[in-house]
Amino acid sequence: MDDGRISRHGSGAKLWLAGGWLLLALLAAIFAPLVAPQDPLAQDLMLERLPPFWMSGAEPGYWLGTDSLGRDLLSRLIFGARIAFIVAFAAATAACLVGSTLGLVAGYFGGWADRIISRIVDVWMAFPPVLFAILLVAVLGTGLSSVIIAIAVIDWTRFCRVIRAETMGQSRMDYVENARIAGYGRIGIMLREVLPNVVPSIVALLSLEMGIAVIVEAILSFVNLSISTDDPTWGGIIAEGRLSIHQAWWVLVFPLITLILTVLSFSQFGEGLKARFDPVLR
Amino acid sequence: MSACLDIRDLSAVLPNGQRVLRSVSLAVQPGEVRALVGESGAGKTMIGKAVLGVLPSSVRIVEGDMLLEGEDLGKLQPKARRTLIGARTALIPQDPLTALNPSRRIGPQMTDRLVRILGWSGEKADQRIRQLLDEVQIRDPDRVLKNYPHELSGGMRQRVLIAAAFAAEPRLIVADEPTTALDVTVQKQILRLIAQLQREHGTAILFVTHDLGVVAKISQKVSVLYAGKVVEEAETAALFAAPQHPYTRALMAATPRYTDPFASLKPVDETVLAGLAAEIASADQAWGRPHG
Amino acid sequence: MLLQRFLIRLLTMLVTLFGVAVVVFVVIRVAPGDPIAMMLPPGATDADIARLRALYGLDKTILQQFFIWLSGVVRGDFGTSISLRQDVLGLVFNRLPATLELAIVALIMAVTIGGTTAILGARERGTAVEAGIDIASGTALSIPDFLWGLVLILLFGVLIPVFDISGRVSPQLDLPFLTQFYLFESLLRLRFDLTWDLLKHMLMPAVALALPLAAIIAQLLKQSLKEVLDLDYVVLARVKGFSETQVILREALKNAALPTLTLVGVQFTFLIGGTVIVERLFSYEGLGNMAIDAVINRDLPLIQGIVLVFALLFVLINLVVDMMYALLNPRLRHG
Repeated sequence: MDDGRISRHGSGAKLWLAGGWLLLALLAAIFAPLVAPQDPLAQDLMLERLPPFWMSGAEPGYWLGTDSLGRDLLSRLIFGARIAFIVAFAAATAACLVGSTLGLVAGYFGGWADRIISRIVDVWMAFPPVLFAILLVAVLGTGLSSVIIAIAVIDWTRFCRVIRAETMGQSRMDYVENARIAGYGRIGIMLREVLPNVVPSIVALLSLEMGIAVIVEAILSFVNLSISTDDPTWGGIIAEGRLSIHQAWWVLVFPLITLILTVLSFSQFGEGLKARFDPVLR
Repeated sequence: MSACLDIRDLSAVLPNGQRVLRSVSLAVQPGEVRALVGESGAGKTMIGKAVLGVLPSSVRIVEGDMLLEGEDLGKLQPKARRTLIGARTALIPQDPLTALNPSRRIGPQMTDRLVRILGWSGEKADQRIRQLLDEVQIRDPDRVLKNYPHELSGGMRQRVLIAAAFAAEPRLIVADEPTTALDVTVQKQILRLIAQLQREHGTAILFVTHDLGVVAKISQKVSVLYAGKVVEEAETAALFAAPQHPYTRALMAATPRYTDPFASLKPVDETVLAGLAAEIASADQAWGRPHG
Repeated sequence: MLLQRFLIRLLTMLVTLFGVAVVVFVVIRVAPGDPIAMMLPPGATDADIARLRALYGLDKTILQQFFIWLSGVVRGDFGTSISLRQDVLGLVFNRLPATLELAIVALIMAVTIGGTTAILGARERGTAVEAGIDIASGTALSIPDFLWGLVLILLFGVLIPVFDISGRVSPQLDLPFLTQFYLFESLLRLRFDLTWDLLKHMLMPAVALALPLAAIIAQLLKQSLKEVLDLDYVVLARVKGFSETQVILREALKNAALPTLTLVGVQFTFLIGGTVIVERLFSYEGLGNMAIDAVINRDLPLIQGIVLVFALLFVLINLVVDMMYALLNPRLRHG
């Protein structure tokens, strides 16, 4: 009893912290043109590799310094958040819809449906995911929609595996049996009785997947395969920072911190939501 | 002659302050079988675990001493206490199905205490174990020693555990409901085996049970426990002849007798329980802590 | 029963590999853009292009191409790399050892760190030590290898530059190796100076790959240890006089390790998948790094070969884990 109370208390605090950061980043992304201090694309070779504000040689208005082309780092991070969040929401939602549906069907109906879906999942799990993503974007051509499609195509299995297992567990419960005896149809039972019980897991996975999508987008733009090279992306800034690491460490440090906070927040937010929504834990 | 086990005023509490043992005192003389009897939750298993130093981490001893052959367990360093308990006591556990490690062969599980704690040679330990297996009437020790636990029946496993318990010639064995998890037919054999080995080896046993029938068969003295408190202590024969405490009388009335299995089955009377509650509340008051 | 289980697994394994081959073949052939055009200098004639297309078999239908390629693969012929103009299998075998060494070192690190942490956490259960372990493993788990790699580059490549953050071995060194397993061969040849240089390059990428897996092992193994530690046979071992550490190592660990083992198998394939980007990050000359180059250069035969080798590695690992599980579990072995 005591343990439960303590962990719920802790999860509440985590939920607020994680949600707070995500809200902040989301607002910055939405209102990027208003909050960004500079034009993220404006190059100025007179201002190249300016250090962040607390170091000597910093220029006012360039809070986090500039990169090797003199572009303002903070503004690029803020505009990069736009792409990160668009990819996170779109790719995770798509992966979730495909994966959860297939997982629900495989878990609830079993038999041939389950066998075929499970085989496909096996095949998908035999691909190195990052290489698969890079390959897909290379094939589809760089661009926002390619990145989103690639992530959804790769990561639907995560939803499928978890939801299939949970659905199987729920389907064996007595309430499903009772509903069947009461004369409800199979699809009706699946949607009305089983689905609500796996929703907490779906919500947690969805949030986790958004964090993963942000990372995959960063990896893709790190290898120069995401959006067009001019648009500011977190991965693109990191690639730039990796090259100039000995001359301008801040170009790597700030996007890295941003990414870590965002990824941690997405996973903690998901866990927190699950704890809040789960009827058993609540 | 000092007692084999001497427990004085032992009290233990849960994290929420509830007492699970209430100033328990009892002494087991060398070679004596002492039964600890009570309903489930009365704290009888807790006493055995306290003696062996394996209480759950949530239970805290707040008062009292435990002396093993005159040595105060509470005054020893943890390592010395563990070695002393390992050398002089043994446990016959409740459930033979879970008391053997499923991934290790029987042989090493039986000899490891002799070899690794008591420092015997492997050969000597092996001989000793075979001798004990013979005493518990296992006829094909070669096979059994090579077996994994799941390859033996429940009764066989309990024989193995009894043999292992007696192997190091402990002074005290805690038998924690050793027959409860077994089939009725096997129960009698196991009980007879324990009694026989106890006589031959002269080992003192703290026999934890809820079954008064078992008590009558095996023990010389009985302590009756209710809610972590010893309500009556007597020679076994005297207790059955003339139980003093109302709870003991109620417990006996609730135990089926083979001669007249139906007539004697009565639930424990409400007034007896109410009396007990009052008794415990006043004891707790005297102890300086509100009940519950 | 063990053999039957093995054969069934082998069969599903082949089905999975065939599926991978189909998917990668289809995905690549959908690609717009002509790999041949990229190979030729500007001003090449249509006849030149047609000749090269025929050479690489790109003038046939997709189905024909697939079966030509597949029959080659079955005979061990993965075709010729378009960008490097070399035999694909040779290229892959040249790079695979570097990736395997990295993955194995990372796995050893993950099991060591994760296992030790789990045992410590189980011994100190309910204390502040366990709470600290929970927070640390939760964080290590949530941050993927790519980000760990960047953090390590900053910490130990720039801030305290003690490790190399680029390449597999210092370029000025003379290498006496016959195989591509530099690290293992340097140990066998007792050339510990080279071992040290290789480790200095390998350590950071290996840690980046190992941390998330170590965290998973720590969490799961600690949980199952704690469950096992309440069982009667463990209590009995305590009564026998064994210390808590001895009890955990001798009685609890093997039984608690079984569920962890299955998970480590799947997670090890994730770790190998992670080498692709981590190798890129540390300019480590392994298979993953070559794979990214192959994708960027649209080198179809090379991409197919590499993906298939990765897939083979993954299904083999799953097979080995499955067999190990059966061997370690006495119930399955005898039942």
